[in-house]
Parts: sequence; C-alpha cells; structure tokens
Amino acid sequence: MENEMKLEFISKSNNEAFARIAVAAFVSSLDPTIEEISDIKTAVSEAVTNSIVHGYEDKKGIIHIKCKIINRKIHIEISDNGKGIENVELAKQPLYTSKPDLERSGMGFTIMESFMDNLLVESVFGVGTKIIMEKEIKEIPKAENLTLEEALRG
Amino acid sequence: MEYKYLENQRILIFRITEEIDEFKVKELRRKADYEIERYMPKRVIFDFNRVSFMDSSGIGMIIGRYKQASMFGGKMEITNLRPAVRKIFEMSGVLRLIPEIDIEHEELPELQQNFI
Repeated sequence: MENEMKLEFISKSNNEAFARIAVAAFVSSLDPTIEEISDIKTAVSEAVTNSIVHGYEDKKGIIHIKCKIINRKIHIEISDNGKGIENVELAKQPLYTSKPDLERSGMGFTIMESFMDNLLVESVFGVGTKIIMEKEIKEIPKAENLTLEEALRG
Repeated sequence: MEYKYLENQRILIFRITEEIDEFKVKELRRKADYEIERYMPKRVIFDFNRVSFMDSSGIGMIIGRYKQASMFGGKMEITNLRPAVRKIFEMSGVLRLIPEIDIEHEELPELQQNFI
C-alpha cells in the first residue's frame, strides 16, 4: 500500500492535538493496534512541541508534517524553520533540557526514539530542524485467513 | 480537570479529564497550584482514569506539582494510570518519587461523591 499526505499549520500549542490526531487518522488505514497508534501520537506530539517551544520559542512560525505509507511502514517528517538545535547529541540525551526552569522533563527525544523504530534529527543552527521517524505497523493475522490448526494454536 | 478536597483527611484529589500535552498543561498547572496553595493538603492525589493521552509535558507538570505539594508539607500520589500513560511514567522514573496507589482500596467513601 502507498499513500502520502502533507500538513502545514502555525506554531500554536493548541495545534498539537490537531497534528497528532491527523497523523493517527492517516495511519489508521493500516489497522494499527491501540498501542501503536498511541506510540505514534506521542512521538508526533513530542516533535511538534519541540518545534513550538524550542524551534520557534513561542513566536509564530510554520510547522510542516509529511507522512508517507510504504507497504506497512509509516514515515513521518516534521520540520520547522526555527532556530535549530546547536548540539543534537546533547539535546538527545535522556533528561537533558535547555529550559529546565519551565518544568520540561527532557524526555522528548527519548520517547521519539523508543516509541518509533527509527529517528533521525537533521538540524542547522539558525535555519531549522527536521525530525524523521519511521515505524512498521505489524500485521495482525485475520482469523478467516488462518487454517483451523493455526487458529487453535492461537 | 475536576478536584475535591476531603477536609477531615486533608486530601486534595484532582481528576484530570483532558488529554495532557504542552497546551493543556499550562491550565492544569495553574489550577492545581491554586488549590494546593489554598488548602495546603497533607496528600495530593492525581487521578488519571479519564486520561487517554499524555506526552512528556505531563511528566514535567507532575514533577512541578510534586515540588509545590512538598513545599506546603504534603506528599503526592497518582492513581488509575491507563497503559499508554503508565508507559510514559515508567520511562520517566518518576514513579520512584511519586508512588502509584490503588484508590479503590483506600477507605475513602467520599471519593465516590461528586467532584467540583
């Protein structure tokens, strides 16, 4: 199966819910489990929050989301033209946050990394950041496709 | 978010009813701090029963309220975590600091009554 979509919205934090729900709806054609959908929604929410809070630092900007489905893999790109990340390796450290005074947990990249199969962060300081994430949606064997023997084995 | 204060036991319970993200957290933080300061409870309990989505902003918010409750001499607990929410809590390591309790086994009949 192949499918593709693009979204553009301004960097307001009330668009976080819109972004993750739109991506979840797009992925739903692959019949993901509740856990897979929830993992994807959380990863998208983290990336979009990063763009709003760190990329644009609550100033107005545009966030782009590109999603592609290739076979059973969902490919998500989330990009901004914000200030970029000075040190990507440092930013990816668990619990690291550049804004500790604002009650940030520093878990964003750790969640994206562990909830998705692949994570790539491309950032140019002063130019912007692009997050690329992929996840394979596992196929659940349908009951009618199983032989009686397989069905009994569970 | 709804809340309830049990005067005799000095327990303040928040029942979060929305998805928790960066946007919602601002309002939750403000409401919770207001009530914690007002009542200075011995125990603060956050009930996640109706929370179907939470990202890492929820962890920051909970740690912040833990600090706030501690400042007024109270301890903090959380309850009714759904699988997706528990996954984030477990990953954060916050459960070592803020224990998850089974609210059904608390001898608090007032908990069943209406929230504000």
